[in-house]
Amino acid sequence: MRRSDLGEFEEVVLLTVAVMVPKAYSVIIAEELERETGQPVSTGAVHAALQRLEQKGYVTSVLGEATAERGGRRKRLFTVTALGGRVLTDVRSVRNRLWERIVPPTMLEWS
Amino acid sequence: MKPPRIPDKLLTWLIAPHLREEVLGDRHERFFRQAERLGETRARRRYWRDALAYVRPAFINRKSSAYPQPTNTDMIRNYFKVAFRNLVKNRVYSFINIFGLASGMAVAMLIGLWVYDELSYDKHNKNYDRIGMLWQFVSFGPEKSPYDVMPIPLAAELRNKYPDFESVSLSVFRKAILTTGDQKFAKTGSYVEPDYTGIFSLNMLAGSRFGSDDVNAVLLAKSVSEAIFGSADPINKLVKVDNKQSAKVVGVYEDFPSNSAFKDVFFLAPWKLFAAIDDGAKRDQNEWDSNSYQVYVQLKPGADFDAVSAKIKDIRMKRDNPPRYKPEFFLHPMSKWHLYRDFKNGVNTGGIIVFVWLFGAIGIIVLLLACINFMNLSTARSEKRAKEVGIRKAIGSVRAQLIYQFFSESLLMALLAFALAFVFVQLTLPFFNQVSEKKMTILWSNPWFWLAGLGFSLFTGLIAGSYPALYLSSFQPVKVLKGTLRANRFATIPRKVLVSFQFTVSVTLMIGTIIVFRQIEHAKNRSVGYNRNGLIEISMNTPELYGHYGTLRDDLRATGAVDEMSESSGSVTVQYGGTTDFTWKGKTPNTSPLIMSNFVTHDYGKTVGWQVKEGRDFSREFSTDSSAIILNEAAVKLMGFKNSGRRTAIGQPIRRNGRDYTVIGVIRDMIKEDPFKPVNPSFFALDYRSVNVINIKLASQLPVNEALAKVEQVFRTYSPAAPFDYKFVDETYAEKFGTEERIGKLAGVFASLAVLISCLGLFGLASFMAEQRTKEIGIRKVLGASVFTIWGLLSKEFVVLLVIAFCLGAPVAYYVLSDWLQNYEYRTELSWWIFAASGLGALVITLLTVSFQSIRVALVNPVKSLRSE
Repeated sequence: MRRSDLGEFEEVVLLTVAVMVPKAYSVIIAEELERETGQPVSTGAVHAALQRLEQKGYVTSVLGEATAERGGRRKRLFTVTALGGRVLTDVRSVRNRLWERIVPPTMLEWS
Repeated sequence: MKPPRIPDKLLTWLIAPHLREEVLGDRHERFFRQAERLGETRARRRYWRDALAYVRPAFINRKSSAYPQPTNTDMIRNYFKVAFRNLVKNRVYSFINIFGLASGMAVAMLIGLWVYDELSYDKHNKNYDRIGMLWQFVSFGPEKSPYDVMPIPLAAELRNKYPDFESVSLSVFRKAILTTGDQKFAKTGSYVEPDYTGIFSLNMLAGSRFGSDDVNAVLLAKSVSEAIFGSADPINKLVKVDNKQSAKVVGVYEDFPSNSAFKDVFFLAPWKLFAAIDDGAKRDQNEWDSNSYQVYVQLKPGADFDAVSAKIKDIRMKRDNPPRYKPEFFLHPMSKWHLYRDFKNGVNTGGIIVFVWLFGAIGIIVLLLACINFMNLSTARSEKRAKEVGIRKAIGSVRAQLIYQFFSESLLMALLAFALAFVFVQLTLPFFNQVSEKKMTILWSNPWFWLAGLGFSLFTGLIAGSYPALYLSSFQPVKVLKGTLRANRFATIPRKVLVSFQFTVSVTLMIGTIIVFRQIEHAKNRSVGYNRNGLIEISMNTPELYGHYGTLRDDLRATGAVDEMSESSGSVTVQYGGTTDFTWKGKTPNTSPLIMSNFVTHDYGKTVGWQVKEGRDFSREFSTDSSAIILNEAAVKLMGFKNSGRRTAIGQPIRRNGRDYTVIGVIRDMIKEDPFKPVNPSFFALDYRSVNVINIKLASQLPVNEALAKVEQVFRTYSPAAPFDYKFVDETYAEKFGTEERIGKLAGVFASLAVLISCLGLFGLASFMAEQRTKEIGIRKVLGASVFTIWGLLSKEFVVLLVIAFCLGAPVAYYVLSDWLQNYEYRTELSWWIFAASGLGALVITLLTVSFQSIRVALVNPVKSLRSE
């Protein structure tokens, strides 16, 4: 599996979807990311990333119910597909393997 | 608390419809959440910034349609198939539609070519912007009259004293007889100074131009060189000019194009040769007041025509003995030679440019008529296709497809018409060239021509197709198919307006044509003052013809083919010049009216058949007649002589050029000049030396060709070298009407085409209306209506339109044509019957057109029209 088609921001968004399921939609994801990273994240960026992920088949979406605070508009709810889950696991195991190979003194020097 | 509205609007407009809901929802929810956390002000600011994150293709690109997308060629093929089926099914309408539009386009193309040709006159010259011709205004009476003839010394004056001129050339246009061996050719050409070849950048095909020292040299146009020498090399061959001087051919130049001021210049000979052979030129060499020659100039770059004109204006008046007629010289730039030739009292008043505008306008109008037809018929027919629209929509056509369909259909028709128009133009161009006396061709290689033609076809197609495409495609299929959709009662109004407009134009053009022809007839019927029948003229262009007046006349009369012969200065249909040196008893001092001079022999009056009103003709019985003078009525009127009493004209002393004369007779006015103008005051005096034209009255009892053969034989014995080159006076006289007749013919052709196109449209519309009302007519007949009432019912509508159109068109025609007639001093009246006749004519044509259809429908058995549903 080529992993180059999963950008860093997309990976984070995909992870967040996994975390927030079944109530994952762009506003919530953007806020979650803001909280986690401390940086402002716009819903537009998140939404665009979600569209790309959906095209690649890592997430699917359905239209949810309408709420008053959205002016009576429906929201699009996202869930991670099996393919998306496997990609996440792959990414993670690659990282884990690399982390494990780092010699402990090196890690100390960073802090 | 509400989110800011402007970014919302922007996003609504920007974002693809299928994403709009979720995006706007997201934006609002986020806003409220942020407002809770950060306060409204910051939330608003964030809102603006975050909105920008949506400006990316992922949100803007529209999702492709949910419907299946057949490949475009399939659908277009279907459109064309349906279009062709429609064309074939409604053969008559298709024919009327395409034929009408094609003829309109063809007319517009022809006129376009004509206008193009007129506007391109002389443009081929390299120095177009810097070439000018000398003109002068002279004042014989209260008004300034323009003349394009100059005195010879003016050329040297301009060349030597005015630095604005790059080159200056004298020129004189003559018909000359060129002889080689025993071959004789009468050709027109010019005697010019060497600078001429440079000014007009002569394109030499062989040999070289003549230099300033050459006298006996000549340049030939290619066509003449080929006529004289065939394929042999003409250079250094000798030709004899007017049987007087031999000249060596030094070069051959490319003929001037047909849209050049010099298109009839077939040879160019040095001015010095002219000065050597022409007595007038010898005499006028230093004569400032003898105006007979053209002067062409080329200005230096940057010099301005008006400024130079101002400098040279008073050249003559500053010299000694300024003449009474106060000449004012000025430059006429080449760009105005052809189109702006008319002057009135010292001001340029246009010229042919008026006709360029007029025909341009007619072309556009005829084209407009054709377009109106096309649109009217297309829209009328398309209402029949409402059902088709309904079915197509029910099957799943979206509106855009229907729009494409109708547009492609009308574009197809317009392009077919365009192609057909080419065929028409190609076929009629020879005829059109003949009428307009031009040599035009379709501008196959001119991209602008194609661009204009195709652009116009597209435009017509789009306009004509816009009604069905945009209106019909908006129908709701349910309503159409159920039949509850009714055409609006006002839907026919634009069509009626267009038809009235057509009628207006047709009526105006009809009236215009009639009046143009009446004006020509009016001038033709004017009493000419001499008898043109069997009168021929031969110009005396070889020296052998001079000096044998008596014997020549006797020999000619002895043949029995000639009634009378005389000689005169200039043709009877041309007035060469006049004099202001003319005094009579009772002349107001310090005035110098121009009196036209004519020098004739004793037998002139009998030959041309002038009508002596008072006194007598010249006669050999009176030896005193060498100082006798005959005046025309206009001269008598000018001099204020009366019919009887002490102030009678006969016997009045006249002083001219330092000689005394006595008036012996008064003749009726002879139209030697413009038949649309009053005759100028003229005198006739005997002078056997100033003559250059032989007038011959053929005997009426002999057939013309026999008589001519006999006359030719006599001429052969006197002048074997010159070709027997004669002209019939009635033909030369008819040429005076050339311009008017050309305009009349063209206007006639265009007017009848306009009427024809209108009729085609009317026919189509009438048959369509009749067809639409078949059921109504059936029911009316069942209820007892007669054929006549039904005919009246169907025709009434169009007659009303015609009446409205006539009320609009007649005043327009009146206004335009009374303006046109103002150009002529001798003009016909705009009598009421012309208008009445045109109106009646239009009415008859309309009724004929409409009746054909309405009677056909009225005759149909109601059982047939009501049976089928």
